[in-house]
Amino acid sequence: MRTVVLTKGVPDFREGQVSFDEEGHLERGKTPTVMNPNDKHALRAAFQTKVRNGGQVSLMSMGPPGYEEVLQEGMRDVYADDLYLLSDREMGAADTWATAMTVASGLQKLDEEPDLVFAGFKTADGETGHTGPQTCWCLDWPIITHVLSLDIDEDERTVRAKRLVDGDISEIETVEAPMPCFIVADPEFEPTYRRASHRLKHKDLRDETQARAADYEDHLTVWDHTDLNLDPDYIGLDGSPTIVAGVDPIPKAPSEREATVIDAGADEGMEQVLDELAPYAAGD
Amino acid sequence: MTDSYEEYEAVVVGCGPGGAAAAANLARNGVETLVLERGVDAGSKNVSGGLIYAEESAPYTIDGLFPDFREEATERPVTENYIHNVAGEKVKTFDIGDLHHHDTAWADSVLRRKMDSWLAQQVHERTRETGGGLLTEVHVTGLLRERGEIVGVTTEELDPIKADLIVAADGVNSELARDAGLMDWEEPEEWFQGVKAVVDVDPAAINERFDVDADDGAAHLFSGDLFDGVRGGGFLYTNESSLSIGTVFHLDSLAEEEAEPHELLDSLLTHPLMAQWLGDEYDEREYSAKLVPDSKKAAHPSPHEDRLVLVGDAAGQMQAQGPIIKGMNHAVTAGALAAEAFADARSRSEPHRAGELYEKKLHDEGVMDKLRPTRYEVFGRLGELGPVDDLSNSVAESAVGRFGVRAASGLLERAYSSPTLVSMIPDTKLPYVTLPTVIAEELGERVEDENTVSPPDLADRIGDLTYDVGDPHIELLDKSFEASGTAVTACPVSAKDFGGGCYRDERVQTNGTEEHLVSLDTQPCVECGTCAVVADTEWEHPAGGKGVEFKQG
Repeated sequence: MRTVVLTKGVPDFREGQVSFDEEGHLERGKTPTVMNPNDKHALRAAFQTKVRNGGQVSLMSMGPPGYEEVLQEGMRDVYADDLYLLSDREMGAADTWATAMTVASGLQKLDEEPDLVFAGFKTADGETGHTGPQTCWCLDWPIITHVLSLDIDEDERTVRAKRLVDGDISEIETVEAPMPCFIVADPEFEPTYRRASHRLKHKDLRDETQARAADYEDHLTVWDHTDLNLDPDYIGLDGSPTIVAGVDPIPKAPSEREATVIDAGADEGMEQVLDELAPYAAGD
Repeated sequence: MTDSYEEYEAVVVGCGPGGAAAAANLARNGVETLVLERGVDAGSKNVSGGLIYAEESAPYTIDGLFPDFREEATERPVTENYIHNVAGEKVKTFDIGDLHHHDTAWADSVLRRKMDSWLAQQVHERTRETGGGLLTEVHVTGLLRERGEIVGVTTEELDPIKADLIVAADGVNSELARDAGLMDWEEPEEWFQGVKAVVDVDPAAINERFDVDADDGAAHLFSGDLFDGVRGGGFLYTNESSLSIGTVFHLDSLAEEEAEPHELLDSLLTHPLMAQWLGDEYDEREYSAKLVPDSKKAAHPSPHEDRLVLVGDAAGQMQAQGPIIKGMNHAVTAGALAAEAFADARSRSEPHRAGELYEKKLHDEGVMDKLRPTRYEVFGRLGELGPVDDLSNSVAESAVGRFGVRAASGLLERAYSSPTLVSMIPDTKLPYVTLPTVIAEELGERVEDENTVSPPDLADRIGDLTYDVGDPHIELLDKSFEASGTAVTACPVSAKDFGGGCYRDERVQTNGTEEHLVSLDTQPCVECGTCAVVADTEWEHPAGGKGVEFKQG
């Protein structure tokens, strides 16, 4: 089994990491770039196929040279075998369409056609959810989105998946598709290992890839647009049909509640709190 | 479905010293061995006093099986041994080094998280080479049976697994031993309860206060009147940079006296005698508790059934006779013997006879006689008979007895150091409370030091423990105070008039009558198993990786 996981570096939106300026704009320079959190679900799904069915998991991204560390994170935390970075100036400022074109070319350049390509559900910054499906369209493969769990039949070369219908937990369907196939893992995807032998293998592979992550450069391939034989007019900013007409900051929700500030340190403070709360306690 | 079950030659449940020894010896014999441990890490569920011994007479020792063990996994070699007889502030100390050194190749203090975690790493590497390996966070819930015969194990996290040999090294509250009907939780007389505080102390301060070198250590035992008449005693062992201080009591006595285990521990911690070792700053790293089987009564003489063998605490193999407290070494020997038995049986193409062979080896190698000494059966039990006990107590406390104690002071110290006499000690107040008290009163000197230690209260002790709370794992079957009320005091993380513990005392008004009930919240549970014995419960371990996580152990 050869699987590839697509990923993107995004600002680390976790509290304590992310930094905004006074006008509420993200400060990219002060905010670290990390692997898109949803893509980790995709990597876990891919890793599960490796544990159960063997093979190799590659991690691919398009972005600036700094994304190497994002790929290393993927190797260290979710155990990718090798890394591919599609990177040069011509690819910069691409929209989802131009990105999909580039990534699909990257997938086609691999010496062996993948059986499965995994993507996460939306990036934390763009939130379009377009790049995965558009990449799949370029490849002309079947796609299964919102995947919760999957089983592979290597003899029949099929993949059977449980997926959320309309992304809603209230309805789950089981679908089957021939491989090669494109899988979008839902954030609810949880790998399951009910066999001891799988868990033992998981442990072996984890130790192996974590050791490898220290020397990730040895397992990293960087391709530019000439390697992929791509015309600069069709990628990057020039190849992006999307026009961003404007950006409006999200208005802050108005505070409708009246607030009374009580100094709890003052002698009468707690007394006042009790008085205020008494009607609620009484059920009035 | 049966065909799809995974199969291993051997499954070892639990990776404490017994499980580790079994797994290591199985792997050495080329047996494909899967080890299942329910903690997040081996040692995270384990508590010991803890001294681990290597006996000269034992066929297997931990360092024999794991050559770097003492270097990597222990705290300090224990070279000095004392027992303190306490009456109020009077103390008479005996040197019991001879008893300690009898049949002892070495004895080291250990903290179980560090020790078991190291062992697990070794075990995983060795068992992996034979096609198995070690998995943590797997809770083995019971036995897999086919046509009434034990053929494997069931777990919460994995599908059932079949094996030719199942080693239950799942500890004092072994679910496998109970599923097989080999062990129960019926009689409080068969159990001790141990409670321990690990106290942070600078290594240099330890060397100075105990007058030992950096690579030596001391063991001190305490008995007498400092535990409100509850039968048992206290201990203090030096670790590398901490002290393990604890108490061990007969569970029946603890239950009868309605004593609070954490308060008894505090009685020891705050006794003036402790001031010289604890100093002015008291920093408790961890509070822990454990049920301890009394091998004299609980060690199963035939610890096997079909393909299942019991090892260590799961088989009641914990030797506690007066000042002798040995558990881990017997678990190691038993585990290795069980593995040897399976290898022998397999080489004769009779793997199903492993249990029978294991039992024979336990007897032939002398393990059983250490666990259930014949001398105790004859003399110790005699001393436990009511009239004999009453008589002995009155004699010891009488003027005649006191005169005897004064006259025989040197003899007494020798008696305490005699393995033969110690093995006959009956489980009564006489050796644990009355005699030490009389010794201290007649021969002791007053301790002048002032102890300024104030141990944390129970709420803080619970608050400092790490829990990953899962679903409630204990069900209270009978909520009446009459049936389950003892748990309120005997549970080491519960207390009367304390709302933050597992068991609480409640009075509920219904239709004009008042009911006296007990309520249970398993969140602060330390999984010791006390309530399984003293209350009416359905007791199981939490799911893999859930429940309390000891960092010291």
